[in-house]
Parts: sequence; C-alpha cells; structure tokens
Amino acid sequence: MTSALAAHGVEKRYGAVHALRGVDLEVDEGELVGLLGPNGAGKSTLVKIACGLVRPSAGRVTVYGAAAGSPPARRSLGYLAELFRFPGWQSADEVLRLHQRLAGSDGGARERGELLELVGLAEARDRKVEQMSKGMQQRLGIAQALVGSPRMLLLDEPTSALDPAGRAVVRGLLERLRERGIGVLLNSHLLNEVALVCDRVVIITGGSVVAAGRPDDLSQPRGVEVDVNGGTRRFPAARRDDAPRIVRELVDGGEQVYGVRILATTLEEVYLEAVGASPG
Amino acid sequence: MTAVTTIALHALQEALRRRVFLVVLVLTVAFLGLFWLGTSKAFEDARGFTGTTETGVDIDVVVGATLLGLAMFATLFLGTVLAIFLTLGVVRGDAERGLLQPIVVRPLGRPIFLLARFLGAGAVCGLYVVAVYLATVWIVRGAGGWSPDQLIRPGLELGAAAILLCALSLLGSVFLSTTANGIAIFMLYGAGLVGGLLGQIGDAINSATLMRVSDRTAWALPFDALYQDGLHRITADTIGLTRFAVNLGPFGGAQQADADLLLWTLVYLGLVGLAAVAAFSRRDL
Repeated sequence: MTSALAAHGVEKRYGAVHALRGVDLEVDEGELVGLLGPNGAGKSTLVKIACGLVRPSAGRVTVYGAAAGSPPARRSLGYLAELFRFPGWQSADEVLRLHQRLAGSDGGARERGELLELVGLAEARDRKVEQMSKGMQQRLGIAQALVGSPRMLLLDEPTSALDPAGRAVVRGLLERLRERGIGVLLNSHLLNEVALVCDRVVIITGGSVVAAGRPDDLSQPRGVEVDVNGGTRRFPAARRDDAPRIVRELVDGGEQVYGVRILATTLEEVYLEAVGASPG
Repeated sequence: MTAVTTIALHALQEALRRRVFLVVLVLTVAFLGLFWLGTSKAFEDARGFTGTTETGVDIDVVVGATLLGLAMFATLFLGTVLAIFLTLGVVRGDAERGLLQPIVVRPLGRPIFLLARFLGAGAVCGLYVVAVYLATVWIVRGAGGWSPDQLIRPGLELGAAAILLCALSLLGSVFLSTTANGIAIFMLYGAGLVGGLLGQIGDAINSATLMRVSDRTAWALPFDALYQDGLHRITADTIGLTRFAVNLGPFGGAQQADADLLLWTLVYLGLVGLAAVAAFSRRDL
C-alpha cells in the first residue's frame, strides 16, 4: 500500500545549522500522526519540506508516491502553516474561493459553505479577515487547508491560537477526517491534544527522531493503585494483567475495593524523557 | 479561470480594495491639472516674448517638446513608483508576512505565480504610463497646438520602461526584504536616469567619455534607454535652429537607441524573468 506521506533519510542544512539529520517518517491513509518536539527541533522544517516550501539537502519525501513539491503531490495536500496570514481585505468566503480556484476545486459555494460550517465560521462568511480574531483566522486557515478535499493534511500548530472550545472543535474535526480516510500529520506543542487524537506519535529533537509509536505503546507501566476502605494501596511492580488477581486477593483478605487504577507514564513524561528534559 | 489569471486578478483586486488605484487616480488627475496649467501659461508667456519670424526658432516646438519631455520624465517616475509599490514585496516580503505560503503550496507552481504577478503589475503600469503620456500629449496639443513628431512609439517605449522596472522589482523581491527592495529599485532607476543625463550632457559638450558611460549604463539598465529613445522621437523630424534650441533645453539631446539596444531590451526582460524564476524556485520559504 502506498503511504499517504513518506519521508526517508531527510536532511536539511541551513548553512552551519543541521535542522534535520536523516528523518524517516510515514503516515498511512486515514492515520493521524502527531509530530512532537521542542522549539527548533526541525518539526516545521519537515512539514515545509513535505509541502514543497523547503528543499531537502538530502533524502526524499513523497505524497502518495509523488515527490514532495511536485504538482501531483500538491494536489493531494492540504496545508496550514504555523505562521500564516490571509489578506485583511478579503472575506472568509473570498479566501476560500481563491483557494478553490488555485486548487482546481469545483466544489463551488456548497463546498465553501460546508467548510465554514465545519470550522464554526458559517455566520462569518462575509466578514473581512482584518475584522476576525486570531482564533477565527486560525479556523479559517483550517478550512482553507481542506479546500479541494485533500487526501493528506499537514497541520502546523493548528490549535495554537484557539481557546479550549475551539480546540475541541478541531479535535472533532480531525476525528472526522480520519474516518474519511484522510492522513494527517499534526505538528503541535499541545501534548494532551496529541495524546487524545493521534494514532501514532513521532518525537523529534535536534533534527532526529528519538521516539515513535502509539501513545499507549510509548508509555511505561508504573504499577496499579487500588482504593480500599483503609485508603489507597499501591503495587508499583504490577501491570495491567495483574489487576484482577490483586483485587481478588484483597477481597479474599476481607478488604472492600472501591476503585482500581492502572498507572502508566503520561505522554508528557514520555516526551520529556525523550527530549532529555526534566519535568521540574 | 487559469491560475495565471486568478493570481493576476487577485493582485489587482488587492490594489483596488486597498485604494491604491484610487490614490493613483486622484494624484494623477492633480498632476495632469497642474501640467495643463503650466503648459497653458508656458505657451502664453513664450509667445509673448518671441516669434518664429524674428529668430528662426519655432517657439511652439521648443516649448511643446520641452514640456512633453518634462511630462515623459514625470510619467516614467510615476510609473516607476507604481511598479515598485505593486511588486516590492511579492516574494520575500509576502513570505515574511505569511501571505505567500498558503498560495504557493497550491498546484500552480512558483514560475506561474511569478509570471502572473508580473503580468498583473506589468499590465497596470504599462497601461497607466501610456494613458498618462497620451493625456499629456493631448494637453500640450490643446494648450499650444503642438504635437510630437512621433506619437505612438514614445508612449509604448515609456510603457515598456515601466514594465522592465516591474520585472526588476520582482527579481529584487526574491532576494530582498520589502524596504530594501524598494530602495534598491529606486536607486537603479536613479542610476539609469543619471546615465541618460550624462549622455545628454555628453552630446551637448561632445564628450566621448560621458557618451561611453551613458552607453554602458543604457545596456546595463535599458529602461532609461527606452525613455531616451522616446524622448528623442518626439522631435525626431525637427531640424535647424529649432532643433538646436530644443537640444539646449533640459530634455533635449536625448539618445536614440539603435536596433541592437532595443533587441537587447527584450533579451534583458527575458533574462530578468528567468533569473527571478530560477531564484524563486530554489528559495526556501
């Protein structure tokens, strides 16, 4: 099966700065992959290479088999830049109409209406960009990225300017996109957002991938906690499979069991460990 | 609608909605009004102190050619301002503001984007310059009854000069930030102008060195050569003492461009375009 996005041995140098050092990454159809890493890790550079804004120094990136930056690759992609702006004099509807023409979309007013509805801007279709809040502009940016029904979506910090309600809207949107078979590479600093929606996580630091996998697989077991009538009992060496036995033994021993928690490292802890930073 | 027309119309729509064209229109009307006033008075005053029969100089030709020369100078300046402000931030400036990225990731391709911006700005500047030139010709004819020896070609050359400046500004926008590019193109315009003036002075005082400097400048910055050729053509058929009097004026002694230089102008435009496309295609955004 052809990957929606495939990066092999991607390197990028800006003069003496080595922004990417041989990154490998794949996003399958309908898969939502979170790209994590500290500032300057090379995440945005990788995303920009994938959409043809930046040329790699070495390696290869393909979108549905087509070289990144080529017209077929661009036709398959939707992209939301980390730092973007739309002309202030255009209305939301005009922004989308322009991108429909550039993307060759024949969706017309129906597509524009659906996209604005999807991002919660249906009431603001005629509002000029300069009269929109940063959050509204970001939602318009997401709608713009979806023009022409792309098969692969590159989102660079799509929720950075959104309030919690706006983030929830985007989360729901990402889940719907996954159901429609659209691959998504989500570059974000918001670990909770990534943990909630992503199928896989790739952690980059210093231009290299230092951890990758499903969020559940990346986390380490940290024991089992059981609430009993005398308080909370901890079993640090226990794993998920040990929980039924522990409960049975406690009940047989005359304890009343009120709750059981399987403990594991959070994505934040995994991330901090991977990038070599301490939580404190 | 093709990608080229979409991008070109988008740029023009922006200029329209940002009231760029309104400002240009108001200021141009003001300029033409002042020019009409000055031209009328100049013809009146000149006819008051001399006459053709007494000096052998056709004063209407001298005044008309000088004033139209002034108008051509001012028109190219206005066209240059318009060309620069329509194009100075097309690549790096817009990329730094985050306006460019959402557009160039679309399937149209960077060369098409650049071509579209050039066609949009070039068409506006070229048409603007030709229209203002024709308006000044009409004013001079109305006020003094004088018409240039050649009417169309000087206007077209003036328009082509503005288009050439659009291309240079687009090329500059790939490398330079908005302010730096604006300054650079204004300085190039000034350098071309100085080169042309040196040629006029060299012609008047018969200085081979100045003529050579002017010639080299014309090849390096051919927009001024187009302006000079146009200036030359408005009195191309004027002879005798009247010709001499015209040459003594600030817009006399303009250098005629030979066929090689005009051909070079086309090649130059192509080379500037190719350089801009090549640089933009390699640029990380």
